Amino acid sequence: MPKSSGYGLLIDYEYCTGCYSCQVACAQEYRWPAGMSGIRVIEVVERLPKDREYLVYLPFPTELCILCAPRTKKGLEPSCVKHCMAACIKYGKIEDLAKEMGKKPRMVLWSPRA
Amino acid sequence: MTENLEVVRTTTWSAGPGCHGGCGVLAYIKDGKLVKIEGDPEHPWNQGRLCARCLAMTQYVTHTERLTHPLKRIGQRGEGKWQQISWDEAFDLIEKKLGKIRDEFGPESVIFSMGTGRDIGPWICLLAYAYGSPNVMFALSGIACYSPRIAAVDTVQGDYCVLDASQWLPARYEDPRYKVPECIIVWGYNIPASCPDNVFGHWIIDLMKRGTKIIAIDPRLTWFASRAEVWLRLRPGTDGALAMGFLNVIINEGLYDREFVEKWTNSSHLVRSDTGKLLRESDLAKDGSPDNFVAWDTKRGAPVVWDSSNVEYRLSDVQPALEGSYEVNLFDGTRIPVKTVWSVFCEEVNRYPVERVSEITWVPKDDIIKAARLYARSKPASIHWGVPIDMTPAITPTVQAIAALWCITGNLDVPGGNVISRFAFDAVAYALPGAKGVIKLKSKEADKKRIGASRYGPLNRFIWRAHTDLALEQIFTEEPYPIKGMWIQTCNPVAGIGLDPKKWVEAIKKLDFVVAVDLFMTPTTQLADVVLPAATFLEKDGIRSWWVPLQSINKAISVGECKPDVEINFELAKRFDPDFRWKDIHELFDEIIKPSGMTFKELQEKGWAFPPEGHPSAPYHRFEKGLLRPDRKPGFQTPSGKVELYSSIREEWGLEPVAHYEEPPFTPISQPELYKKYPLILSTGRRSPAYFHSEHRNIPWLREIEPDPLVEIHPDTAESLHIGDGEWVWVENWMGRCKLKAKVTPIVPRWMVMATHGWWFPEKPAQEPHLFGVMESNVNQLIPMGFTGKDGLGAPIKHLLCRLYKVSGSEGTENA
Ligand code: SF4
Ligand code: SF4
Ligand code: SF4
Repeated sequence: MPKSSGYGLLIDYEYCTGCYSCQVACAQEYRWPAGMSGIRVIEVVERLPKDREYLVYLPFPTELCILCAPRTKKGLEPSCVKHCMAACIKYGKIEDLAKEMGKKPRMVLWSPRA
Repeated sequence: MTENLEVVRTTTWSAGPGCHGGCGVLAYIKDGKLVKIEGDPEHPWNQGRLCARCLAMTQYVTHTERLTHPLKRIGQRGEGKWQQISWDEAFDLIEKKLGKIRDEFGPESVIFSMGTGRDIGPWICLLAYAYGSPNVMFALSGIACYSPRIAAVDTVQGDYCVLDASQWLPARYEDPRYKVPECIIVWGYNIPASCPDNVFGHWIIDLMKRGTKIIAIDPRLTWFASRAEVWLRLRPGTDGALAMGFLNVIINEGLYDREFVEKWTNSSHLVRSDTGKLLRESDLAKDGSPDNFVAWDTKRGAPVVWDSSNVEYRLSDVQPALEGSYEVNLFDGTRIPVKTVWSVFCEEVNRYPVERVSEITWVPKDDIIKAARLYARSKPASIHWGVPIDMTPAITPTVQAIAALWCITGNLDVPGGNVISRFAFDAVAYALPGAKGVIKLKSKEADKKRIGASRYGPLNRFIWRAHTDLALEQIFTEEPYPIKGMWIQTCNPVAGIGLDPKKWVEAIKKLDFVVAVDLFMTPTTQLADVVLPAATFLEKDGIRSWWVPLQSINKAISVGECKPDVEINFELAKRFDPDFRWKDIHELFDEIIKPSGMTFKELQEKGWAFPPEGHPSAPYHRFEKGLLRPDRKPGFQTPSGKVELYSSIREEWGLEPVAHYEEPPFTPISQPELYKKYPLILSTGRRSPAYFHSEHRNIPWLREIEPDPLVEIHPDTAESLHIGDGEWVWVENWMGRCKLKAKVTPIVPRWMVMATHGWWFPEKPAQEPHLFGVMESNVNQLIPMGFTGKDGLGAPIKHLLCRLYKVSGSEGTENA
């Protein structure tokens, strides 16, 4: 099994608005053609009891996510993190992010292939 | 990427992201080419963030289809045959052709047509006014985007206002003067990277993280609706009734700010019960002024004059009555009954008990009550609205009701409320509602021929545009004078802003000479005689003072022979106007931003600047401090100096002075017969993070986000029509039909479909009859022109009727 880089992305999907900035920011940074990016935004409409729904967007890191190694080496934030319109992506050590995750619900922690 | 890398700090404002801008960006330039764009982390507006459309700029600026040279038509109109010409040839040709029209028919015979986006307002006026034409036209029916709202708010309170998300304070949320709103009503606005009202949409997310609760008003389950404390799924077009319902709850439960109502509104002015008009000093005394109003002084038991120019009562120690009926003697001795404005206002509000409002809006009664209470009890609370408010014929009475909400709850110009928004430093480029600009038409005389100006009040007081619907008619009727030419800039009436687009095609073809200025060929540019290549925001110098901060746009690159709109128009304006007084565009910018005390160069060095506290364009509590009126007296810039719950301006126009609801023209209620045939409410124009209206379909990173024109339809409705997700369907009504792809989703209610707008296919053939396939999927074919409100503003764009059926096999292949 490949080893984890020890770093990851913490997404607060309560606040992700589905603005697609992360997806395009990554494509710009690494010059991916349309259809490819380190992160892809997914829309989920959850159906709930009593004819109610909840609308969620979730940015999903793909096999192309390298956790912005060239940027983080220079002390810069990953491009998706920097541009996220809702400021709802956090980059960091998985242990630190896991602690953050305990503070509020509706979060996911990704450990991409990197 | 570090070698030879130059970083230019600048400000977004359209062409590119398409929006009205405000974001600070860093453009990374290598060998004169844009290699990357990032949000400027130091900029207080976006704090490093950036939307998908702006992040896609590298695919935009050097796109292979970008227009990079002026073009002249060599075939028939619409045949798609062009010849490249030089700028000199283009300017000479335009000067000659437009000059000839001016000589033969007068300058008003050329319409200068604009859309939204790009910093076009001032520069199109610059050219039109230098040429001598008053006919600057925003090409949407009823001018139904933003300026009606501004005009309506100005009617009530003399100045516009927006959600206060601390944007006037450089330290933003951390500034001690700021208060986070306890609640925001998000009224007909959805988040995906749309920044209307010159408010960065995601500020609301920042505030939610700091505790703000949301009341969402939208027929669709938007992102906000999903996360709202209360979500009101109203029937589109019934916003006015809902606002009246809120007022009903707030007033009858005593949840309003009585002190504000008494002190700052015209609530105690008297209304004549015989005529229904405001009682004026001239009614009481022969030599009295018609500009002064009258209140009932309970202390003296007699009427007392409100002196509008001094913004005070004639007598001291007045105790004006807020409520009640009285009798006064007119100067001719007649005794008439009068009532206070507040009594009249409350009578109107009482026509809207929540039960009735629930019946009109289809929103459950309890939710209306819950929302009204939450808004009124939250201190501060704010309202942020979107363009659906403009997109209904009764826009003005709707806005009167909503503006009354923030006024009577004491949320006007307070931290975290609705804050009065003026151009930063009062640096105004051209006349917009409520502001006089540097760029003006030469004489009042020249303005007399402006289309619709004599017919509609707001067009003579607030909105200095031609009336779009009348202008389109006039092209065909040639009455009262013929239209011979059109200058089209930032404007795509065939695909985007034009309702009934086939009529626009016919109209444009009827003209003698048409110039289009754009960045790419569009269905509209195909119909022009000359097409000029415009620049993106990265290729120009410019200024932005709308609303705050004052910012410079700084040129970072050049592309081909593209020119910024301002330079194109400046060059031609010089040719048309012998008295043209500016040497170059920097001199023009200097004059516009002069009130800031800076030159354009100085502003460029700073990047942005905030008006200091105490300046009329900086908050808060300006009406108390005497910062709003030219005479520096406390109060507002309205005829009475007060917030007018009973509008003296509307009275002057012969229109209902008080907020109320009017049923729109094409709804299940107003058209029960049509509704039988077309049993679904058709709403249009929901926003997409990928597109700004009709733009960006050719940008690969954006097109992949939303590749096809969609119509959203509820799963149950889809099932009953045997329509599956992703199938092509016809959306049809009495006007026509268009082909859209079904997105089956419970985001929309069962009784409504939402059709996306602005669709054409840059990948399809340009020449007629194709025009990039624009008539296949342009939903505006289902929306008529000519149904504007009584004051000429607003149009029924978000509430029509339609039916849906599946596209049969052979018809579907072209798009599928
Ligand atoms: S961390 Fe970097 S590589 Fe990974 S998705 Fe974000 S921008 Fe792309
Ligand atoms: S940039 Fe942020 S808010 Fe936008 S889609 Fe990505 S994660 Fe969501
Ligand atoms: S749409 Fe909003 S985020 Fe995008 S550039 Fe314009 S102002 Fe900035």
